[in-house]
Amino acid sequence: MAAIPIIEARGVDLVFQTNDGPVQALRDVNLEVAKGEFVSFIGPSGCGKTTFLRCIAALETPTGGTLKVRGMSADDARRERSYGYVFQAAGLYPWRTIAGNIRLPLEIMGYPKPDQEARVEKVLELVDLKGFGKKFPWQLSGGMQQRASIARALAFDAEILLMDEPFGALDEIVRDRLNEELLKLWSRTGKTIGFVTHSIPEAVYLSTKIVVMSPRPGRITDVIDSPLPRGERPLEIRDSREFLEIAHRVREGLRAGHAYEV
Amino acid sequence: MNRILPVLTVVAAIVVLWYGAAVWLNSKWVYDQAARAGTEVTTAQLISETMAQERPVLPAPHQVLAGLWDGVAGQKITSKRSLVYHGWVTLSATMAGFVLGTAAGLILAIGIVHSRAMDMSVMPWAIASQTIPILAIAPMVIVVLASLGIKGLVPKAIIAAYLSFFPILVGMVKGLRAPDGMQLDLLRTYNTPRAAVLWKLRLPSSMPYLFASLKVGVAAALVGTIVAELPAGATAGLGARLLSGSYYGQTIQIWAALFAAALLAAALVAVVGALEAVTLKRMGMAR
Repeated sequence: MAAIPIIEARGVDLVFQTNDGPVQALRDVNLEVAKGEFVSFIGPSGCGKTTFLRCIAALETPTGGTLKVRGMSADDARRERSYGYVFQAAGLYPWRTIAGNIRLPLEIMGYPKPDQEARVEKVLELVDLKGFGKKFPWQLSGGMQQRASIARALAFDAEILLMDEPFGALDEIVRDRLNEELLKLWSRTGKTIGFVTHSIPEAVYLSTKIVVMSPRPGRITDVIDSPLPRGERPLEIRDSREFLEIAHRVREGLRAGHAYEV
Repeated sequence: MNRILPVLTVVAAIVVLWYGAAVWLNSKWVYDQAARAGTEVTTAQLISETMAQERPVLPAPHQVLAGLWDGVAGQKITSKRSLVYHGWVTLSATMAGFVLGTAAGLILAIGIVHSRAMDMSVMPWAIASQTIPILAIAPMVIVVLASLGIKGLVPKAIIAAYLSFFPILVGMVKGLRAPDGMQLDLLRTYNTPRAAVLWKLRLPSSMPYLFASLKVGVAAALVGTIVAELPAGATAGLGARLLSGSYYGQTIQIWAALFAAALLAAALVAVVGALEAVTLKRMGMAR
């Protein structure tokens, strides 16, 4: 990894001031992510995985340490529109059609009209929603809505895709399919993906790097570089020995985090 | 049919009660007349006479309807006796005031949502403004503006605006703040300018709130206009018609004007409702 890391965290701390006194959300988080990696953040709720993702997106500001995204401060990277962000809920505007929702960032960023249309068509195809552009969100299933929100994050050329438990509210069957599609999409677009989840199989199946976190205060307990092949991974890979070994290591990491707690 | 039946039932009940009350309240005059003439009154006579008085305490429904019909269709619309003429005078001031009040409410709401200083400073005054009885303020506004040479529609519109801006303000502050944290965060990830946040997220999200406030606001504007027509001897408008009716004890005229005002208010609210339906349908938000 000779190149500059696309995300680089050194001793990141975050303390929230609440009515019940300060709460340490993150403590001494160190991480390097190379361009093109698929990083998963896994841990129990309250471990700061979403908070850390929001720090990368400059939606939260760390109270200590340094956090660089594409070699600049996280907030500058946000201003440069370096990333697309997919939230837990699709959050589509009910008054806009699917195409209109995907066009939203393009309108705000001032893309020319014909270019907007072309991009909307392209990403609709990418997330397998071709022909649904004129529908309104309520006419689509939850899984399709979440795909549309991914398309919205892909519509502009951000190098990074940040996803905060995007499939958390979906049933497992839909989730498996979307995971498969997400991997294809990742290998086609070559983006760097940061992915928050609390599902061990999901993290292991998708990632090239798995960051295991534990709560109170939120910190990293283990970083696992996956030996699984990049690119195409059939769903059956989840029965392979390698897969199970990584899953085991993740589980151990999570357990260690909890043992510290009790 | 299922929706009309309950409505008709209620209307029928009101009409029956109304006739009963008319007989009861107007009977005193009939008895007094009979006593003066030294005659007895039969029940049939009592009923027929309580419903055909020229200046009854409470006019019977058919008298009010006849008065309303005469005022609307029985006069030339340029006549001072025409309710269409008076209705138009009131309606034009109401609309002017409503537009003014809506604009004021919208601008203040946008300011309050975007500026903490305005949030702290404007809102208490807006609330205080509504605690002052409009009946106390209206004559002062009319007199002050008249001394400046401003008469006619403008003072009435200002009072209508004074009443109608408040529901718009309260509704729109709520509506513009309706987007949740996630939706605002999403726009932050696009590094969205504030103006675009307003146009693309806050205003569209506030539409249901806007129309709810507009319905309250348009009715308030009508009340404001009518109240503004009461003092200072206004000669035209439904308020003036109410006032002259009470001067001369023309109870039928009062009730007819009252019904005209109520019908006008209902029509205005219905127009806003229709606009709402069309807008929400175009926005894909109608269920």
